[in-house]
Amino acid sequence: MIADKTLSAVSRRSLLTGGVATGFLLAFHLPLRAAINEPVQPADKTDGKFAPNAFIRIDGDGVTTLVMPQVEMGQGIYTAVSMILAEELDADWSKVQLLHAPANEKLYGNPLFIIQATGGSTSVRAFWKPLREAGASARAMLVQAAAAQWGVDPAACTTSKGAVTHKESGRTASYGALAAAAAGQTPPKTPTLKDPKDFVYIGQPFKRLDTPEKVNGKAVYGIDAIVPDMKFATLAQCPVFGGKVGKVDDRAAKQIPGVRKIVVLDDLVAVVGDHMWAAKKGLEALVIEWNEGPNARINSKAVWDDLRAASARDGVVAKSTGDIAKGLSTGEKFEASFELPFLAHATMEPLNATVHCKPDSCEIWTGTQIMARVQSEAAKAAGLPIEKVTVNNHLIGGGFGRKLEPDMVVAAVRIAKQVDGPVKVVWTREEDIQHDVYRPVYRDTIAATLSDGKIAGWKYKVTGAAIIARWLPPAFQKGIDIDAIDSATDLPYDIPNFHVEYVRAEPPGVPTGFWRGVGPNNNVFAVECFIDELARKAGKDPVEFRRGMLAHQPRFLSVLNLAAEKANWGQPLPARVGRGVCLQPSFGSFIATVVEAEVDEQGEINLRRATSVVDTGIAVNPDIIKAQVEGGLIFGLTAALYGEITIEKGRVQQSNFNDYRMLRINQTPKIEVHVVKSGEAPGGIGETGTTAAAPALRNAIYAATGVALRRLPIDRTLLAAGKKA
Amino acid sequence: MHMATTLTVNGEQKTFDAPPDMPLLWVLRDVLGMTGTKFGCGIAQCGACTVHVDGKAVRSCVLPVSAVENRAITTIEAVGNTPVGAKVQKAWLDLEVVQCGYCQSGQIMSAAALLAETSHPDDADIDAAMAGNICRCGTYVRIREAIKQAANGRQS
Repeated sequence: MIADKTLSAVSRRSLLTGGVATGFLLAFHLPLRAAINEPVQPADKTDGKFAPNAFIRIDGDGVTTLVMPQVEMGQGIYTAVSMILAEELDADWSKVQLLHAPANEKLYGNPLFIIQATGGSTSVRAFWKPLREAGASARAMLVQAAAAQWGVDPAACTTSKGAVTHKESGRTASYGALAAAAAGQTPPKTPTLKDPKDFVYIGQPFKRLDTPEKVNGKAVYGIDAIVPDMKFATLAQCPVFGGKVGKVDDRAAKQIPGVRKIVVLDDLVAVVGDHMWAAKKGLEALVIEWNEGPNARINSKAVWDDLRAASARDGVVAKSTGDIAKGLSTGEKFEASFELPFLAHATMEPLNATVHCKPDSCEIWTGTQIMARVQSEAAKAAGLPIEKVTVNNHLIGGGFGRKLEPDMVVAAVRIAKQVDGPVKVVWTREEDIQHDVYRPVYRDTIAATLSDGKIAGWKYKVTGAAIIARWLPPAFQKGIDIDAIDSATDLPYDIPNFHVEYVRAEPPGVPTGFWRGVGPNNNVFAVECFIDELARKAGKDPVEFRRGMLAHQPRFLSVLNLAAEKANWGQPLPARVGRGVCLQPSFGSFIATVVEAEVDEQGEINLRRATSVVDTGIAVNPDIIKAQVEGGLIFGLTAALYGEITIEKGRVQQSNFNDYRMLRINQTPKIEVHVVKSGEAPGGIGETGTTAAAPALRNAIYAATGVALRRLPIDRTLLAAGKKA
Repeated sequence: MHMATTLTVNGEQKTFDAPPDMPLLWVLRDVLGMTGTKFGCGIAQCGACTVHVDGKAVRSCVLPVSAVENRAITTIEAVGNTPVGAKVQKAWLDLEVVQCGYCQSGQIMSAAALLAETSHPDDADIDAAMAGNICRCGTYVRIREAIKQAANGRQS
């Protein structure tokens, strides 16, 4: 959720003191050093286990256990993290095993957020250097141990596939055999990292380590946790956000076979039973009166009226270069506004947490993107010190930002406090959709001028919620949400007079949070749609128009050119079929995407083809990168075609996949992803496809029909044949 | 009312107490502890709960347990024991279909049922058999390829 450059504004010290800081290096290095020098468990010399740092364990048999600081929710990070560690360690890949990291901010905090969090397409970017250093440091200690045993110069030793070799004397020792001795070595102050040309693992399309158990039913997600003697519960929260429980009539519910207990808290009711079916039937049999509170007056129209009114105000200046007044008075001026709806996450794994609360401890089984925050929030809810709360993290059945929030665990802990023994609390899909933390509504206004076929001035204003202000308050500085403006301030294009403002506008009565693609979803959409409109005003082809503003941007130019070539840009298409392009700077990667779509006579969209060209720096695992972009495109296309949460009487109107629709296999276009070879530092990839999808599709529709859509989801009624462009 | 029920799951007889209207999904997960079959929507809209009953793909979240006594139930835990199921699982791994994996039990069960009935499905067959299975990670392109690979036994 935070791009590289803006992260520099936040350091560990500033987070601790609440002050403003400028120490990117501080932010990056302090936690890393701590991580490398403080193993989770001290090296145990008696059993020969070598535990040089928080990430690596090698036992006497050479089994190499890697502790995963980032959580696996499908993005392939367990494999990527392991490849980076194994590369510098020269581990034997066949002997690598993985462990979920425990809740421990100090050891496993994300260097880009400081807190322990997986999100914002940061994992490889944040951990690239610390993991390489951890691997290289452990490798150096193993070499030192071997050299000492053999009485040779460590510099004369080499490593490969989990063994140290001294070529001159022909001696070789496995890491397992060296583990005990290595544990006694001093780690190097500055471990020597490999030259990327010597990488043997990084850059290979290795098979994922987490997938074999995901095809035979053995993988254990949070919802699959089984704790002896546990009960099952499901819950109803007040359908109006912030509302409270009034009266509960539980007479019928108690008659349902298998129902064991009704838990009534101030804002929710849960039914505990022998299985989910009993809990669900019991919940349906309850008669609950809610005190809905003031938010019962909220509806979508009021939300949009508020947002549009806020958007008319002047914002806080996030970036201004050149002379915007002069820029906007040069040439011909055009204006537009773009609007994006609330979205639910709808992870395939519904929200859940299994909790066992005892008077003096609390144990939790769940899948979360924020382990340490879950631990501390659960401790508050349980009324226990943090160290009395254990979080067992699991594979996550889809995160997409939803599991960057602790609310589901807090609710489960509050319910579990009323239950003897462990209880698994599972949200129904309806409860999951209607009690999400929604991607906020956004409105972006743009004024731009064209002079000699180029953009002379660009004034852009983002209006929307400040998620950062709630989620990571020290990073919310000077009234600017660095996520909300992400990808609005660093356009690839050469624009001489450039100005970006931000207006904070919190939607009334609707909780908001991060959603895959985060801030760039909004800004890339508005920017790339308007660029297409300006291209048309300038009488230029959209790709040609962009090329003309990329003279100083070789990486952008190269992905754009390749995407155009691969997508057959410019070749003739049938009537009502168009190609649309999107070029975006998000998450430290360089991506160009072309979507080809047909709009039928009724205005329905047929997705024909999507082509993305990705320069994400050094590609740790090119196949995982491809998969992330493929899936990211589907996620973004789904939202563009269907995604909208609407509010009536304070309630979310959608409830399940029948009315909150997902793209399905029969609607999926052909997708091609090309990963460009690069020696630059790795960029983020998990969200790039998502941010690219909607603008590329919208621009394809623009090309096919001439209709310049400015809101999502796509309104088919504007696209039916015969409608005026 | 709870009654003793006997099911044949993956070739084994399982006897337990459950109300007759209880969906098979919750019997598998919460009574028998077989968590490979997933809960996604509860209304047969997403396919995460797909199992085989007498070889056909069904949504276990809306299938009362009383309807499947004396029928052969196969779940993701045992589908690999059939030649078609094993081919599907292998193709899924060869092409790295899986991301978060939560929907993939259901996807694999639907794909295995398709291939058991139609050994060489075309795109329209795949659409018809698989459109009931949602994948939020968006692995559809690879699912289609993997089904074709499993059908042809070719390496892509």
